[in-house]
Amino acid sequence: MKSVETKYMEAREGLLRSLHNMDRRTFFKVSAAAAGAALAKGLLPPHTFQLVRVAQAAPARAPFSFAYISDSHLYEKKVNERFIRAILRAIDDVNALDPQPDFVLFGGDLAQLGQAAELELGAQLLKEVKAPVRMMVGEHDWFLDMGEKWRALFGPDFYSFDHKGVHFVVVNSINEKDFWTARKMTPMERMNTVAGLDNPIQSRFEVGEAGRAWLKADLAKVSHDTPLVVFSHSPLYKYYENWNFWTADADEVQALLKPFDHVTVIHGHTHQLLTHRIDNIHFHGMLSTAWPWPYAPEGLPPLTVQMNRADPFSQHDGCGDGRVVVHPEGVVDKIYSLWERNPVTVKHTYLASGGQKDRPAATTLPTY
Amino acid sequence: MTRAMWHAIRWTAPGAVVLALATDVASQTHELPAPQQGGVVVGLCDGETALEVPGVTAEQMTGEQAKRVADRLMAEWRRKNPDANWQDAVAQGRPPNVPQDTGAPGAVQAPKVVEGEAGAPVVRPPVQQGTYSNYTKRDELIWAEETKKFVVEGDAVFHDAKKLGSTIAMSCDMCHPNAANTHPETYPKYQVQLQRVALLRDMVNWCLENPLKAPAMADDDPRLRAIEAYIMAQRKGVPMEYGKH
Ligand code: HEC
Repeated sequence: MKSVETKYMEAREGLLRSLHNMDRRTFFKVSAAAAGAALAKGLLPPHTFQLVRVAQAAPARAPFSFAYISDSHLYEKKVNERFIRAILRAIDDVNALDPQPDFVLFGGDLAQLGQAAELELGAQLLKEVKAPVRMMVGEHDWFLDMGEKWRALFGPDFYSFDHKGVHFVVVNSINEKDFWTARKMTPMERMNTVAGLDNPIQSRFEVGEAGRAWLKADLAKVSHDTPLVVFSHSPLYKYYENWNFWTADADEVQALLKPFDHVTVIHGHTHQLLTHRIDNIHFHGMLSTAWPWPYAPEGLPPLTVQMNRADPFSQHDGCGDGRVVVHPEGVVDKIYSLWERNPVTVKHTYLASGGQKDRPAATTLPTY
Repeated sequence: MTRAMWHAIRWTAPGAVVLALATDVASQTHELPAPQQGGVVVGLCDGETALEVPGVTAEQMTGEQAKRVADRLMAEWRRKNPDANWQDAVAQGRPPNVPQDTGAPGAVQAPKVVEGEAGAPVVRPPVQQGTYSNYTKRDELIWAEETKKFVVEGDAVFHDAKKLGSTIAMSCDMCHPNAANTHPETYPKYQVQLQRVALLRDMVNWCLENPLKAPAMADDDPRLRAIEAYIMAQRKGVPMEYGKH
């Protein structure tokens, strides 16, 4: 149980945070009006600061935030508990956020080898998340049964939703052209092949023709000044082919996103700080809870400020989760909540200015 | 006689000369005088020349001493045979199981006539004597193939949780695709977390025991040797820079 004092201090903290963008006069106006309205409805006790928070949420387009957890690569508990502990840490993180995020995106690769038991374990763990969870699929979830179990647990791999004036789209970008039939691979062999990042036998990721047709139809209903946020597991651009840090039909997908004023793509798979901009499209990577990946030997997007190399002596270093703040005009700030390090924020102004403004903190030991 | 000594005599003595130790009776064709100073009498295969290395037995003779005997015997032979064609003698002196040289760099001496493939004489420049001039392109191909096999074996171990002995189904490639970020060229280096200077294998063992929860491997474990081979092979061409962080 929390003491009265703790509750008061928390409410006060929350208030101060929510006031961040409000000047004093607006504050009094909003707070008085909201207090009146709320009291009239008998909603809230007048002595709590929460009152004002309700009032501030009232304007149609205030900034809002969502959080993410990604790339947890779960094995069954009897095989490996290390990654279970890691996703639990991320779940604690997002549950502790105050204010709570509007929703939590899971960025794909919930499982390590697509096993039903791994996916079920993941589904069960994610039930602990307080905010609503939005799921995205990764290749580790997919290639044992081609997504059957995943879809049974979480629904379609392509979908969209609207939230506070923003159109969100989730795509499955990890389809691969058939490399297994001709080789007479079992489903498990196919899964193991795709699970090896540097395994050259597999094909390259793609949204695929059907996926692009779906995306085109979905976007046809959306006006071009609507802010667009796209979630994909692999980056929707071409970074490094050998490790599938890559989507083979990225150019075609980008062409579908081009007509929109503000587009943000948030992707998993790369397990590192990764920032890119192609014209109107801003790209951000997500951290993994399981392990960090080295930067690829070539193709690093020029706007990327690398994260410091990870410490092999600490399980959680270079891993983490994060948040995305969506501003009313449809641009986003990406926050990498690195465990055991200071968080790194990549602001929309950094990308919009082509790296001139608001540069994130530099690394001291980049990859070589 | 030790193997090393035998090689020392074979390889340091000029080719036309086969040395035999006086105590090695089995292949004796040359009547050697008895040792006068309790040492070993060494004979030259001209059937005449011999000298004694005082104060040693055959087993005790070092490579150093053997070379001195060889030099002295040859000096004596040359004094006796001032007109001998020494160049030819060098060429003939190759061990019989070493293939003819196909033109390795460093061949500088007078031209030599050998049988060509069609029986026609082919003139090839002779080459210097020495181990490294005695292998051919074919040898190099065989050795490259053997080395590659070793690297491929390392590749397999690096990617295989079972072979690595991981108790939690993890393998190195999960975090080091193509051995990225293993930086073998920076070893030895001070590894702060170990508080000592580490070799590459110390870090391999660290990653085995920790992320993989596998037992560390002994220095002569064939898997460890293969892992090292694979890791090194991925960084071909990167300058060695020991101590770098
Ligand atoms: C869970 C992830 C993980 C696994 C699995 C893993 N490592 Fe590491 N390892 C790391 C991290 C992170 C580093 C630090 C990388 C850096 O310095 O940028 C590291 C560092 C190293 C280094 C030292 C690199 C340097 O710059 O000095 C070597 C060598 C190494 N690992 C070898 C291996 C081998 C061999 C295996 C398999 C037996 C393995 N690792 C498995 C995460 C892992």
